[in-house]
Formats: sequence, structure tokens, C-alpha cells
Amino acid sequence: MELSTLSLKELGNALRKKAVSAREITGAFLERIKRFNPDLNAFVTVAEEQALAAANEADLRLARGERVTPLTGIPVAVADTICTKGIKTTCASRILENFIPPYDATVVSRLQEAGAVVIGKTNSDEFGAGTTTGYSAFGPVCNPWDKNREPGGDGGAVAVAAGLAPLAISFDTGGNLRRAAAFCGVAGLKPAYGSVSRFGLAALAPSLEQIGPLARQVEDLALLYQVLAGPDPLDATSLPAGAPGRSGQEFTGTAATGRPGLRIGLPREYFAGEELQAEVKDLVLAATGILTEKDGEQVDLSLPSTGYALAAHILLAAAEASSSLARYDGVRYGYRSPEAADIDLLYKKTRTEGFGREAKRRILLGTLVLSAECYGDYYLNAQKVRTLVIREFTEAFTKCDLILTPVTRELPGRAGEEKSPLRQYQDESYTVAANLAGLSGLSVPCGLVDGLPVGVQLLAPAGREDLLFQVARTLEKAVGRFSSPFLRG
Amino acid sequence: MNYETVIGLEVHVELKTEAKVFCGCAARFGAEPNTHVCPGCLGMPGVLPVLNKKAVEFCIKAGLALQCRIAPFSMFDRKQYFYPDLPQAYQISQGDLPLCTGGGLKIVTPGGEEKIIRLNRIHLEEEAGRTYHSGAGATGYSLLDFNRSGLPLIEIVTEPDLRSPAEAKIFLEKLQEILRYIEVSDCKMEEGSFRCDANISVRPAGSQEFGRRMEIKNLNSFKAIQSALTYEANRLGSLLAAGTPPEQEESRGWDETRGMTFFMRPKEKATDYRYFPDPDLPPLVIAEEWVEEIRAGLPELPEEKKARYMEEYGLSAQDADLLGSSRETAEFFEATLRLYSGEVKTVANWVMGEFARLLNLEKLTPIQSKLEPEALAAMLQMIDAGEISGKIAKTVFEEMFYSGKPPREIVAEKGLAQISDESQLVVLVREILAQHPGPVADYRAGKTKALGFLVGQVMKETKGQANPGLVNKLLREELEKLP
Amino acid sequence: MKLEKEEVKRLAELARFELSEEEAAEFSHQLSEVLAYTGQVREAPVEGEKPAIHLLSLTNVLRDDEVKPSLPREEALANAPHREEGFFRVPKILEES
Ligand SMILES: [Mg+2]
Ligand SMILES: [Zn+2]
Repeated sequence: MELSTLSLKELGNALRKKAVSAREITGAFLERIKRFNPDLNAFVTVAEEQALAAANEADLRLARGERVTPLTGIPVAVADTICTKGIKTTCASRILENFIPPYDATVVSRLQEAGAVVIGKTNSDEFGAGTTTGYSAFGPVCNPWDKNREPGGDGGAVAVAAGLAPLAISFDTGGNLRRAAAFCGVAGLKPAYGSVSRFGLAALAPSLEQIGPLARQVEDLALLYQVLAGPDPLDATSLPAGAPGRSGQEFTGTAATGRPGLRIGLPREYFAGEELQAEVKDLVLAATGILTEKDGEQVDLSLPSTGYALAAHILLAAAEASSSLARYDGVRYGYRSPEAADIDLLYKKTRTEGFGREAKRRILLGTLVLSAECYGDYYLNAQKVRTLVIREFTEAFTKCDLILTPVTRELPGRAGEEKSPLRQYQDESYTVAANLAGLSGLSVPCGLVDGLPVGVQLLAPAGREDLLFQVARTLEKAVGRFSSPFLRG
Repeated sequence: MNYETVIGLEVHVELKTEAKVFCGCAARFGAEPNTHVCPGCLGMPGVLPVLNKKAVEFCIKAGLALQCRIAPFSMFDRKQYFYPDLPQAYQISQGDLPLCTGGGLKIVTPGGEEKIIRLNRIHLEEEAGRTYHSGAGATGYSLLDFNRSGLPLIEIVTEPDLRSPAEAKIFLEKLQEILRYIEVSDCKMEEGSFRCDANISVRPAGSQEFGRRMEIKNLNSFKAIQSALTYEANRLGSLLAAGTPPEQEESRGWDETRGMTFFMRPKEKATDYRYFPDPDLPPLVIAEEWVEEIRAGLPELPEEKKARYMEEYGLSAQDADLLGSSRETAEFFEATLRLYSGEVKTVANWVMGEFARLLNLEKLTPIQSKLEPEALAAMLQMIDAGEISGKIAKTVFEEMFYSGKPPREIVAEKGLAQISDESQLVVLVREILAQHPGPVADYRAGKTKALGFLVGQVMKETKGQANPGLVNKLLREELEKLP
Repeated sequence: MKLEKEEVKRLAELARFELSEEEAAEFSHQLSEVLAYTGQVREAPVEGEKPAIHLLSLTNVLRDDEVKPSLPREEALANAPHREEGFFRVPKILEES
């Protein structure tokens, strides 16, 4: 049985029918990781021992006929910025190269409670600061559709696309997760702010980021999201059960019914610029056509603050990063420079040697933005822009049910391509607004250009993940499944 | 020329909650290093702060006791700086929206004048870890203990209303008294749970402008506060007198051994702490009802209590102050009063006298001692009933204090009951008169003082157990009967 | 806004890392470009707008004053680069600078 191409449901059925054991499933994916990861570099750490132990545990549960969930015995790849007790968690940074957390992130505990198997820790840019994985301390990740191209900023998307894991969880600070999903031809969700606990996610920009699921199919994405989402007393920014904006988490509506009368908003600003590659634009608009062809409606929208939104996101992400990354000092854990004779040198040498270029750039920018001279002009104005952006989206959602945009401006770039930092930040032009406004954003494949996948982004207000899954499923059904060369293998 | 000293204080007070302010570790002093730490208070990646409700209530409680306005909306900010005892490289604190603003505390100056020291604010923040320095010179190194990291702390900032080191000391003592009274902190300077930084400047008397301000950091005992401020006031005064006022505002330290303040850094070079709102902590919205609930739970404050003692019990200002300034003493005093039907002053005298003496001697607080208000009230009733003498009572009291036994049991065990049996005493009285013809003659010659001597002899003979009033009466009667 | 090389070095000093001359020059150039772009937030029509400091409308997210188990000391210190008798050890701390 070729396990790597099966859906979550198919794997679950095979397990329950005893056609395969959880240990065999995990073993099969571990084999694939061994075979393909040297090429792809999607994983920083493979947790073979712990994964097999968890798989055995799942087999015992199944054998004893105990309560099982759709995730029981299913391997999940976890981003290396998400803390796993007893498993090295580096955040793709040298500064944490040997850090073994004595605690699990809440999402990891939730996965484990559901019986899932944490199979390994996936690569990204250092602390997620970047858009291509080019800033990982452990080398860039390759795009499974073309090894000479960048995969977007997330190794979890690559692991799923290449069949190294059926599912992955990662995080999205400005679009890294959604962009990687688009570039790898998988589905990825940045949940609404507060719907998934951030406890245990090494912070880069705490007011912007959320942990989210990645899967090859929308239905699997929804099932995984259901496990991740929910209130957490360890995260004060996690929405309590029943709070406005917290979805009920029952996504029975993932069937591709084609919702009648669906109003899809198309924000002009996201389609107007010359930087949007024509082939990408065509595919995205085609997707809109598919979704509205029955009795849907396309609503022309304007989100005038779109340009300001990117600027505000750059400033806020940097400001928060400068604060979040200050704790890495070589005192209590992580990398420590061997050369330091006094504490000042310890800080300086450790941080000089421990951080890569983009992390340093953001720390410098953020330190400037929060300084007394710049706070009012830059930080506060950026926060005010955020208010504008939130209001524009709130108004937009009175005119439409969801908003549809491209995920990226172009096809994946050449690996190692030199881009100015500003140009890199602009890679996230279409995705940052969801982080700024705390919206749910789902990236789902909508076609191929030159053998490379293109994604479409669906945005919904907090609490309407059900609608996103439903609409994405409709699209998925229309355009078909996306299998990278590694899966067609 | 005369100079005037102007002082403002920033007082840091550790709150005595059970758990730390943003994590569940125990907030205990004196444990083995790094045994009360978790990923949160060690600043490990991804761990988020969740605010302890009790810490908020204690801060509000302090605010109410100090007449502050409780902010309906307040927020937490990150105060960012690098120091190895600060695990996240930022302290969660409150910037421009603190929990309490304004307020004030009335003190009596050394000159006897009443004066209100205004407060600027009280905010809630977290404590840092502890650093221990080992070795010296090139081989020196430091050790870190994070048990203290994350303890709840309030920072109380005064306006520059204090005019002398003595006033500063009085203010701090008073502040300590109130915070202990409302039971939000132990305020132990020696354990660091109550400590302060002082801003001090000196100007010509009568001037309205402030002189250049010096900030003296980390004053950790009343002695240090008094000495450092006095030293600095004199130093600044001499500079002014010499026509060479300080050129810059400075942060200065206090060298206990040399008895001098020393230059640390100029104030203009003060760190830019790059405060910004902590995205991990939603704001606080304090409803009027919550404030009222906390207010209702406040005990009667020392000031109010003293006024009531004077008014209701007719105690002198001095007595009211002695009884009212410690909550435990006041509670002991009032509990005894409720059980005892005699004079208030009698209870007051025992509490301020013998009880205070023994507590002092044993370094105990009323609650720590074995004496219960019930026992004291019972003993006082026994005196009133003539069952024991006032003198014997001191022995009984001491025994009660150390053993916690009820007075009746002690009296019975030790045979201390007063002899009020007339027929028994009259025999003794006659013997004494026969043994001391001299004083008897003196008395009869009109030297009535001799009676005291004779009473003393009877008391001595009965080991103090004779009822002194009765002895007096019998002696007079027997003396009259003499031929 | 142009961010001079010297300013970049000063910021690095504040953030506690070192930059080579080349890095400082490169960051000066790159960050000046970023600041020129992001400077537009100063021209945004935000008059009278409140900063969106807290994204959710949550307030008073509080926990009870209950002690939870701390880490066993061995685990607390397990990642320490240098430890000594239950403490984290660091090179000497100079007088507050
Ligand atoms: Mg403070
Ligand atoms: Zn803790």
C-alpha cells in the first residue's frame, strides 16, 4: 500500500480495518524522510524514537478498542519554532541549536491527546523571519516541484507536498505558511487571531502570528484545525469558548456543496499592480469564476489602505521581533559564545554569532522603531494604520461573504536569488493584511503554471473558518488534486 | 544662606501572593536556588504570561489605602533592557497607563506638623532574579537564581514633597505600616521585599525652582536611606554654598562601608527603555463594582483606628498610636476588650506594657506568641475579683505568655491564689506587729508611713499572695486595738 | 529616512551584537530603503484614529492565585550553558554601565 498519498480518512480507515498498523504508517513516513529529506531539507530534526513510541501507543489504543480520533496514529510534522518536550527545538537558529524544551506547546499537547504522532521538526527561516527559508541556520529548503526554486518560507508545506508527512502544523507571521502552501501546492490555514493557542510557539511577532495546519486536502486541513483550535488558559490572547470570533469548530460543511448565493469580494488593490504576474492573475480569476458560476456573485471591493498595510506590517513585525528575540542571550539556555570574558561580551558575542542576517536586520529596525525618537512616527502610526485596515475589512465583509485574492505576486523564485530586504517583504503584500487584522486566511491550490503550483487566498472574518473550508473544498473539487513529483514518484 | 532639600521616592514592594505574577511558581523567599522556576519565569521561548488576579487586587488594595484613583483602563508594557537577572530582557511593567494614579499619605514631620505626601502613581510589575558575585578581578564570575524572577511587585512613586531625610524615613515607615496593615506585603527590607530609590535635590530656601536632581539607587535599609540622603543633602548643599552647583543630573550609588554616595552615570545617558504595549497581555478594565468590593474588604486603617481609640475609648494620642499601628496588636487589644468588662485603660496598659515587653524580648508578633486574648481577659477578671493580686498577675502573665496555659490553671498549679481569708491573715498581722515594735511606735507617733513597711512585711511573709487591701485594713484595726 | 552607518552601529550596540564595517554599510543601505518605504505610515489618513494595540476585545484575562508545580531543578538547569551548584553561571557582571 502506498501510504504517502492517502488522505487522513483513508489512513484512518486502513488503521481501523487493521490493514496497516500505526507503527507501519510512521515507519513508512520515516523511510520517506530518510530517502528524500537529504535533498529537500524540510526537517531539521527527525524524532524517530519518540515517533515510533507514540505510534506503538496508538496501536495499543486501537488494539484495546479505546477512544480514537481521526488523528490517532497519524504522523504530523511540527514546525521547529513550536516547542516539543524532549525534542530539540531550534527555531532554525544557531542561537537555539541545542535547546531541548522541558515543555510542550499547547498545540503539541492537543495533537498528542488526539493520538497523533509527532514525526519531526520542520525547517523555516530563522524564527520565521523571511519568506524563502533562505535564512535558516540549517540551510534552505527546496521546492518539491522544482528543487531549484524556493518553497516559500515553510518546511512543513514541503514535507506535506513531498509526502514526508500527511499533515503539518506551522505558523504564519505575515504569510509564510500561506505562501509556502501556495508554492508547494498544498492547503494551509492561518487561523483568526486568538483561535489557536500560541503557548509554546517561539514568538517573533506575537500580535501578528498564529499557528495553523497544512494538508494536501481541505478536508484534512479542517480535521487538523479542529484539533488545534480551542481556548487555552496558558495563552491570555486565546479566545474563550463561545467568544465572538471563536468558531464552534464543527466543520461538517466541508462537503463541496457549492454554496448558493456566495458573494466573493475581489479587492481591486490586490489585482491592480503590474507586479502581479499575468498567469497567476489569470488562474486566480478563473478560480473566482468557478466559485461563482452557479448563482454566486463577484463583488468589486476597494481596500484603500492596502499599501499602508504592508508598511505597517514591516514596522510592527520588526518592533515585536526586536523584543521577542532579546531573551536569547546565552545565559540560561541555547548557544553561548565560548570566548566571552565578561557579561557584556557574552551578550555581544553570543548574539553576533547566534543570529543570522535577517534576524539582525529586523532587530535593528525594530530597535529603531521603538526608540523614543521613532515611536510616535513609526510605531504608533503603524498601529493606527492597523485600525484602518481592520475597519476596511469589517466594512468589506458587510458586502461579501469572503474575500478572494492571489497569495503571491509571482511563481516561486529561483533558490538563492538575491533580493533586497524590501523586495522580500513585498513578497508578502497579499498576505500581511490577514495578520494585521487578525482574519482567517486560507491558501488553496488553484492551478499550475509551467509545472509550478499557484494558490488562491480566501479571507474570512474570525469565526468563519467553516466557510473557508467549504469554499476551498469546492475549488479543490473543481481543479483537482496537486501531487508534486515526489508523490508521483 | 539656608538650603532646602527636596526628595521624591520610588518604592518597590513585593506583594505576598501565593504564586508569581505571570506564572504558577510559588512566590517564596529563601528556597534553594532555582527550585521555584518554570519555563515562564526562566524566559524560555514561547511561554506566555497570564496575570494573577490576586496581584491586581493587592495593587488596587494598596491604591485604595493610599487614596489613589483606580484607573478604569490600564495596560502592561515591556520595559526593555539587558541584564542577566532579567530572563526575557524585558520587564513586564506599566508605562503611561498604570493601575493607580494620584493619592497621598499623611505624615507628621519631626517638627510635629501634619503634611500630605502626594503620590504620582502605583503600578504593577514583575520582579527580576537574583545575582550573586563570586571571586574577584579576572577570575570573578556571577551566579544566577531565578526563584525571585516573576514575583509580583508594585512601584509606588511619590511627588517631590519630602523636605528632609528624616521626613523620608517617617514616610517610609508609615508606608510600611499601612502595607503591612492591609496585608499585601511583609515589607521586609532585609529580605528586599521593601526597597527604594530616592531622587534628591537641594535649593536655596524659599526658591520655587528645583535644583539638579540626583537619583540614589537601591537603598535597602532605613539606616541606608537616612545616611545616604543626609550625605547627599550635605554634599549638594556644600556644592551650592561653594557656588559650584552640580553640572548634571546623575544616578548615584550608596557605599555603605565608606558612608558616601558615588557617581554611577549621568542621567542624560539614561537608557531608552523602548517601552511598548505587551501584545501577550490584554488590558485591564476595572469596574467600579470590583473596586468597591475590594474597598469593602479593606481593614480599618491605622489612622482611622487611632482616631477611634481616642474618641471611643478616651485613650491618649500616644497610647492610641502604640496600640493602633500594628494590625496584630490592635486586633489583640480589641479582642481582649470584647471579652473583658473592666476598664479599657487596664487592657491598654497590659498590652502596651508586659505584653509588648515580652514580645520584644522574644522577637515575636502577637499572633506568634502563645498568649490568647481570652487568657488575658480571664486574668484581668481574676484581679478585679480579688482572686490574685496585681503583683502576682505579672507572674501569671509571664507564665501564660510562655506556656499558653489559662490563668486559673497557673494560679492553681503554683498556689498563687490571693489570701483573702481574714481569720488567717489576722494571725499573721498580729505576729508582724509583735516582731516590729519600732515601726509600730513610729506609726502611733503619727508617722503613718510606717504602715507601708508593715504591709510590706505581711506581703513578704505571704510571698505576695495576701490581699493587700485586706492587709491594710487589718493592720489599721489591730494597731488601733493596741493599748 | 536615511539610516547612517554610525546609527546602525549604535542600534546594534543597543541590541547587543557586533557588526563588521561591511555589514554596517550593507544594513545602512538596506534599512534606509525599508524606512523610505515604510515612512508612508506617517502620511496615512489616520487623524483621530486610535492605535490598534490589542487585536481582540478581551480584557481582564486573569488566573487564580494558585501555585502550580515548578520545574525539577535538574530540568530547569538542563539547558544551561554553564551551571554551578544549582545556579546558572555567567562571566563576571561589570559595574552597571
Ligand atoms: Mg520599577
Ligand atoms: Zn515560573
